[in-house]
Amino acid sequence: MSIVLITILTLAGLGALAAVILYLASQKFKVFEDPRIDQVEEALPAANCGGCGFPGCRAFAEALVKADDISDLNCPVGGPDVMSTVAGILGKEVGKTDPMVAVVRCNGTCENRPRLNEYEGATSCAVAAALYGGETGCSYGCYGLGDCVEACDFDAMYMDEETGLPVIIEDNCVACGACVDACPKDIIELRKKGPKSRRIFISCVNQDKGAVAKKACNVACIGCGKCVKVCPFDAITMENNLAYIDYDKCKLCRKCVPECPTNAIHELNFPPRKPKAEKKEAPVNTPESSN
Amino acid sequence: MLKTFSIGGIHPADRKISAGKSIEVLPLPKRVAVPVAQHIGAPAKTEVKKGDLVKVGQVIAKTGGFVSANIHSPVSGKVFKLDEIVDASGYRKPAVIIDVDGDDWDESIDRSETLKTDIPLSSEEIIKKVGEMGIVGMGGATFPAHVKLSPPPGKKCDVLIINGVECEPYLTSDHRVMLERGEEMIVGVKILMKALNVTRAVIGIENNKPDAIKHLQKLVQHESGIEIQPLKVQYPQGGEKQLIDATIGRQVPSGKLPIEVGAVVQNVGTTLAVYEAVQKNKPLIERVITVTGPGISKPSNFLVRIGTPVSQLIEAAGGLPDNTGKVIGGGPMMGKALTNLEVPVTKGSSGILVLPHEEAHRKPVENCIRCGKCISACPMGLEPYLLMIETEKELLDRAESDNIMDCIECGSCSFTCPANRPLLDYIRLGKGKVGQIIRNRN
Repeated sequence: MSIVLITILTLAGLGALAAVILYLASQKFKVFEDPRIDQVEEALPAANCGGCGFPGCRAFAEALVKADDISDLNCPVGGPDVMSTVAGILGKEVGKTDPMVAVVRCNGTCENRPRLNEYEGATSCAVAAALYGGETGCSYGCYGLGDCVEACDFDAMYMDEETGLPVIIEDNCVACGACVDACPKDIIELRKKGPKSRRIFISCVNQDKGAVAKKACNVACIGCGKCVKVCPFDAITMENNLAYIDYDKCKLCRKCVPECPTNAIHELNFPPRKPKAEKKEAPVNTPESSN
Repeated sequence: MLKTFSIGGIHPADRKISAGKSIEVLPLPKRVAVPVAQHIGAPAKTEVKKGDLVKVGQVIAKTGGFVSANIHSPVSGKVFKLDEIVDASGYRKPAVIIDVDGDDWDESIDRSETLKTDIPLSSEEIIKKVGEMGIVGMGGATFPAHVKLSPPPGKKCDVLIINGVECEPYLTSDHRVMLERGEEMIVGVKILMKALNVTRAVIGIENNKPDAIKHLQKLVQHESGIEIQPLKVQYPQGGEKQLIDATIGRQVPSGKLPIEVGAVVQNVGTTLAVYEAVQKNKPLIERVITVTGPGISKPSNFLVRIGTPVSQLIEAAGGLPDNTGKVIGGGPMMGKALTNLEVPVTKGSSGILVLPHEEAHRKPVENCIRCGKCISACPMGLEPYLLMIETEKELLDRAESDNIMDCIECGSCSFTCPANRPLLDYIRLGKGKVGQIIRNRN
């Protein structure tokens, strides 16, 4: 009988001792963590996409709590709603950020850009880009092997079988920038979504001289400069035979679009033009609501 | 038992169908395109402008740094324009395009056939001459030869190794050079020995070229210090580190250059170019190149001027067969498929290989079954399947610690893989990324 008693007492004593040590240790080594971090993390979308520039939502929550001014921090996935909730929790001012969307700046479809050779290597744009200039005469354009689609966590991209180019599903795109990083050719750009999703951009990144670019692809920017001249807002710049539209300066007047001799300038989600503008229907334009 | 390197290696069918064809001089092309970056290192700076008249051997682009090389005009005529041309990989690179007119050589070049055996120049003068004459490694890597001949301070070279291995299947240009230009080549070896101040030179030749071995052995009978080392046929024996291991049994440590173990390796073609540069004052303006393939009606070895379009070479070898699936610049193992046939011959072009459709395609990729064949085949003792996965999954720190940078891109792993996995494709990509990280770190 006494053996049972001794065992129980000894174990109970050891347990009590360990409890005291653990309590003291936890008091001694206590780390204070702002409870607001948990609250903010709760409010964030938990996509862990890295679109904010931080490794995951937790790290972003910590940064939000730590920062005095959070106006330049933004969660592209959650958008203004989430950011205002966060601002409410922290009692800080939220910055105004324009919603962005990914844009594919290449329209080198099978029709527009004839294939000159056949690639059989690993199905990865990065591998192909490390090897050579691509299947067409344009060494700047899309390889069509889908590294960007692979990188997208939001089902916002797919490869169009017919054109061989990636297509962005605007409604799903959260502008996290994963595809931008995945593209070895820097074709994809995050651009301002624009009012009613209306936007204008140059769908080409070819920096070859005009004749060379045009020979390789029907819809290449040939660097003629017509768009630069016609733009009333100085939004278009020309560098290395390639025009670029600054989306902050662009007022969406659409004057440049019919000017482009190769239809390299794309307008998205605009209402149809009035009949007098004859060139409005670019024959190579991709379907609306996608690019 | 013949010597070979100690780890890995494969044995592809050698298919040297042009081995019996003596070197033919290809007629001058009408127009040449000479790229200004034909070597590893800084591109050369163009010295001529549109409309200039140039002579054969005139410098048209000056070296852009220590690791760089002069480019000389391979033809005489008028500079048509300076423009960008599509290179073998489909990217556009700057080049000098010259319309050929006659064949007017620079007076300083000795065009006589006489063999000049005495070497009047000193070691420094030889190295300077080799640099001036634009000599680069002609085995394919195109590393400027004068850089290899100038060991960094504190390093001492005690043996010169001449690479006559030509382990790539199909290629026979080095083989023909050894057979037909052997005397000149041996003088070239002596020039290199003098430049490096060494008393020993080893010429490594694979055993599938018995005529070349015999010929050179006869030539070096009375030469002291030059040995001919027949080697067992094994790919990639032509890799510097493999050749050093095979010939003199020394292992170059990971990430180090051959000079670390006191060796300098030069290719047979380079050695001949060095002879011509030092003894005849002739810059590197032409080279021997093999045009071959199963469907080619007249497999040949041509002596061509740099800048000649590949299409002309194929024409001279009987034209492109109907069932052509792929044209490769270089050999089947390490060569690169050409994206267009107007690309010019450069200093590093060793062969043009035309493959028919049935041999040109890759087989469907299957899953890795961890059989380890790639590990046994890797001549650098790496684990290719692991490096591929690490690159795919962006585990670049692990790829680095698994020595991805030691890969010599010989392709033995892809060749041996029973699941047809694109191992080298990914390893090459990983090497690029890891190399970038290492450069940023420093």
